[in-house]
Amino acid sequence: MSTYDHSSLAAVRPDFAAIAAWIPQGASVLDLGCGDGSLLRYLKDTRKVRGYGVEIDDLNIVACIQNGVNVIQGDLESGLSGFESDAFDFVILSQTLQATRHTEPLMQEMLRVGHEGIVSFPNFGYWQNRLNVLRGNMPVSKGLPYQWYDTPNVHLCTLHDFETFCNDHRICILERRVMTGDSEIRLLPNLLGSTAVYRFQRAL
Amino acid sequence: MPNSTHSVGVVSAQRAQFDTPLSFRSGAVLPCYELVYETYGALNSDKSNAILVCHALSGHHHVAGYYADDTSNVGWWDTMIGPGKPIDTNKFFVIGLNNLGGCHGSTGPSSTNPETGKPYGASFPVVTVEDWVESQARLADLLGIKQFAAVMGGSLGGMQALQWSLSYPERVRHVLAIATAPRLTAQNIAFNDVARNAILTDPDFHGGNFYEHGVVPTRGLRLARMLGHITYLSDDAMADKFGRELLSGKLSYGYGIEFEIESYLRYQGDKFAAYFDANTYLLMTKALDYFDPAREYNDDLDKAFAVARANFLVLSFTTDWRFSPERSRAIVHALLHNRLNVSYGEITSTHGHDSFLMQHTHYHEVMRAYLNNVSREFAA
Repeated sequence: MSTYDHSSLAAVRPDFAAIAAWIPQGASVLDLGCGDGSLLRYLKDTRKVRGYGVEIDDLNIVACIQNGVNVIQGDLESGLSGFESDAFDFVILSQTLQATRHTEPLMQEMLRVGHEGIVSFPNFGYWQNRLNVLRGNMPVSKGLPYQWYDTPNVHLCTLHDFETFCNDHRICILERRVMTGDSEIRLLPNLLGSTAVYRFQRAL
Repeated sequence: MPNSTHSVGVVSAQRAQFDTPLSFRSGAVLPCYELVYETYGALNSDKSNAILVCHALSGHHHVAGYYADDTSNVGWWDTMIGPGKPIDTNKFFVIGLNNLGGCHGSTGPSSTNPETGKPYGASFPVVTVEDWVESQARLADLLGIKQFAAVMGGSLGGMQALQWSLSYPERVRHVLAIATAPRLTAQNIAFNDVARNAILTDPDFHGGNFYEHGVVPTRGLRLARMLGHITYLSDDAMADKFGRELLSGKLSYGYGIEFEIESYLRYQGDKFAAYFDANTYLLMTKALDYFDPAREYNDDLDKAFAVARANFLVLSFTTDWRFSPERSRAIVHALLHNRLNVSYGEITSTHGHDSFLMQHTHYHEVMRAYLNNVSREFAA
C-alpha cells in the first residue's frame, strides 16, 4: 500500500534497515516472534522476500494479516518442528532473543531451518545500562522499557556474552552491526552500542 | 461500524438443473441432478468477487439472511456474512449451496429418481468430497464464475475448500479452511461408524428404503445426532452449560431423563431426527471418512498439495478435540513445505468443534482482516 511509510519505520527500528541490508532480493525469510509483521512487511516491500512469521499473540496475528504477511500462530519455545531443514535462506529473531526461555535449542533450530540466522537484541553492556546497575537499579530505558518485575526479558546479554555463546555452540558469526539510535557504533561497541545485529551460520 | 449488525435481509433459494451426467469417484453416474443455492451481495462485472461457502455435515444452502415467510429461520453463518460483517456482502458475492446427496432441496437419497418414480434411497451413490467439488464447479460454470476469490468452510466444509485447491488450482485464489483436517483419525472414523450403526440397525431403516414404508429411522438418527453433539462440544463447555444440574432438583432412582445434559441431548436429537434424512447422514459421514488427499501419494500430504496454487488461511480452535489444532497444523506444514502462502490462527475458544459457527470477536477479526486483503485484489 502506498500509505505505508518505510522511511519512518526504518527510523523507528534502525535494526530493520540493518537486517534488510543483508537480505538479497527474493530471499526466503522466516521471522520468529514477528510481532505485528512490520519487519516482514518491510522486507517484502523493499526486498521482495517470500516470508513467514511465527507469532504467539492473538492481536499480533490480526496485525500481521492486516500487514499482508503470512503468519503462523505458535510458540517458539516448543520448537520449529513444522519447518523443514534448510527451508529458508534466513531465519530472523528480531528483538526476541532476550525473551526466549529455551535460547540454546532455539538458536540451533534457527540454523537447522535456515542457511543463515540473524538476531538483533538490546546490548546489556551498553554504558547506560551499566550505569544503572552501578547505581544499584535495573535499567529501564527505550531499548529495555520494562520494570524488573514485569519484563519478558529473561536472557539479557552483552555483545561479549553473545559472541562467547556462538563460539561455544559452533556458530560462526559472519557480520555484526552495532547501533545506538540510528548511528552505527564502531568504537567500543560493547560499551557504546545499545542494539546489536548479528548474521551467522553453522560453523563448518 | 454502523453496518456491523446488518443482515443480508430477506433471501430466497434458487435451483439449478444439470443434465450433463456426473461421474462419481465410486464409478456411479448420476444422469441429471439439481442443486439449490442462495446468493448474497452482487457479482461484479468481471465476476472476480465470488466466495463459495461449503457446508458441514448437517449444513445447507441457507447460510445468511432469513426468509420472507419465516423470519426466524436465520442462515447458519449469519454472524459471519452480511453488509459490514467479516464476509462483507458490500464487497463479495457469496454463494451457499446444498451439497449433492443433501436433504435440503438438492438431489439426494430422499429425492425422486426420475427413472423409477421412487425415492433413490439406498441406490443413491456414495458421494466424496471430490465429487462435491466437481458439482460445485459446474454451478460456478453456470454462474459464469471462472475463478473464486475464495472458497471456504468449516469441518467437512473445510475439506471441500481444501479439495478445491487440488481439483481446480487455477479456479480459487484463496482457501479458508476452518476447524478441519487433512484426513480423519481412526478415532474420528470410529465416532462416525457408531453413528452410522445407530441408523443402520434401526428397524425402521429398511436398508435405506424406509420412504416406501412410510417410516423414518428416528431412533437411529437421534442417537447419531446425540453422539455427534457430544463430540462437537468441549468437556468444559458442557460443564459450564449443564454441570450436573438435575431437571427436578433431586434424584429419582430410575432411567428417565434426570440430568440437564440428558434433556439437552435428547432435545437436540429429536429436533434433528424430525428434519434430517438418515441416508444423507450416512452419506455425509462417509464423505468425511473417505477424504484423504494424501492417500494416492503414499500418505505424503506434501506431495498431495504440490498442485495447489491458492493462498490459505487455516484456523483451528483450542478446545476442538474432534478436529484438533494438531490436525490443522498438519495442513499448514504441508502448505509451508510447498512454499504456498499460508497464515494460521489458533483461536482460543471454549466451545469445541462448534466454535467455528459461533460469534467470537477474535475469530471474526482474523476473518475480517484476511478477507479485507482478498477484497483489495479486485477493488484495486
